[in-house]
Amino acid sequence: MTWIVDNLDLIGELALVHLRLAVPPIVLAFVLSVPIGWFAWRYAWSRGVLLSVIGLIYAIPSLPLFVALPAILGTSRRSELNVIVALALYGIALMVRSAADGFGGVDRDVRQAATGVGFSGWRRFWQVDLPLAGPVLLAGLRVVAVSSVSLVTVGAVIGVQSLGSLFTDGFQRGIQAEIWAGLIATMLLAFAIDGLLVVAGRLVMPWTRASARDSGGRRAGRAREREAAAV
Amino acid sequence: MSLFADAFAWLLDPANWEGPGGIGVLLLQHLLITFGAVAIACGIGIPLGMLVGHTGRGREVAVALSGGLRALPSLGVLTLVALWVGIGVAGPAVALIVLAVPSVLAGTYSAIESVDRRTVDAARGMGMTERQIILGVETPIGLPTLIGGVRSAVLQVVATATLAAYVGAGGLGGILFLGLKTGDYTLMLAASILVIALALVLDGAFALLQRIVVPAGVRATRSGTLRDRTTRRSASMGQPAIEGNN
Repeated sequence: MTWIVDNLDLIGELALVHLRLAVPPIVLAFVLSVPIGWFAWRYAWSRGVLLSVIGLIYAIPSLPLFVALPAILGTSRRSELNVIVALALYGIALMVRSAADGFGGVDRDVRQAATGVGFSGWRRFWQVDLPLAGPVLLAGLRVVAVSSVSLVTVGAVIGVQSLGSLFTDGFQRGIQAEIWAGLIATMLLAFAIDGLLVVAGRLVMPWTRASARDSGGRRAGRAREREAAAV
Repeated sequence: MSLFADAFAWLLDPANWEGPGGIGVLLLQHLLITFGAVAIACGIGIPLGMLVGHTGRGREVAVALSGGLRALPSLGVLTLVALWVGIGVAGPAVALIVLAVPSVLAGTYSAIESVDRRTVDAARGMGMTERQIILGVETPIGLPTLIGGVRSAVLQVVATATLAAYVGAGGLGGILFLGLKTGDYTLMLAASILVIALALVLDGAFALLQRIVVPAGVRATRSGTLRDRTTRRSASMGQPAIEGNN
């Protein structure tokens, strides 16, 4: 384990690069998936097609996608953009379903009440649909975040630096501690981002905490969290 | 797009399919590694998942295990085990099994758990033993979800098996890494197209299987010929139903 102590600088540096690769796709996936998911929910005819076609992206293995993207995008082979685009695609593949489910789960009566008191469609989306779909969106986003952080490491194989470089380097030089360092650092990073999302969710959606206080709600809340962890 | 033309030309050249290092052999190897690892993972994950889903015991552990897996980088597991066990097929095989078990486990327990408890109670009331309930009631009804778990395990393993070539396990990843080492992008792209096609075909096959295995009685309920529907939301893969943790 002395390797880890001696190379803390390197690990920290790679962790920052790792973040630079992981965060943009997570944000992109969220921003793009909410309208697509809303569309899939709003126009039922598009739901089946959209969800299955987009879901198919997730079946594509990551390394081949990293390799194939330069030919499609015209980017250089070691460009960080390949990894970012690929991860954004995976994020969308996971997130659109959550978004469609989230909007689908909004109580119809609540929506009608909002229309009844004179909310326009635009205002209803921001003040009713989006907040009420929030917990499901958050659950989806957490899954996207954790898997994105983990998938960034595969980029190391095609020469895009990240914590995954500790795996390839450690394997080539036969240093087990280096691989352990990469494993632990990647998982810590994933859990840290996941934790931040949970905290952000509580700040943005204070009512989810309030409803968790009564005993029935607490059980539901815990089930929801567990669900998020299990997906 | 000439990059793709080159890659397809390479793929369609029969000379590249023959021989011990040809695409044919590597494809077969890839499939063998994938299904071998998933079969062993099923041998471990399905019985465990049935137990967890039926009794509800160990549920927290199973959920944490299947959730934590997402944070676990497969390349890290692969290189670590390969360093331990040494280069060859054994190391990657162990890593692939480790990566596949949680998916199978999650799919199985949520399948069993998502079965309506009233149905289970009815079976118990008719005098079925617990074993009969698991195998004769819960498993057939939850089969689509269970297969969903196997499906995601297969997808993960088929993808990671490509990476396994990095530590010398053979399979289609071998072509990709050969291209990577020699800087031959045509080879890399051709191998990538092959692996992507393979993954999509397997995913499609499992999607079809999931539709086929729905028991006739359950299908009847869905089309509305029977009055009572299950009260539980059918759980999607690895996603335990929200309501009723009884």
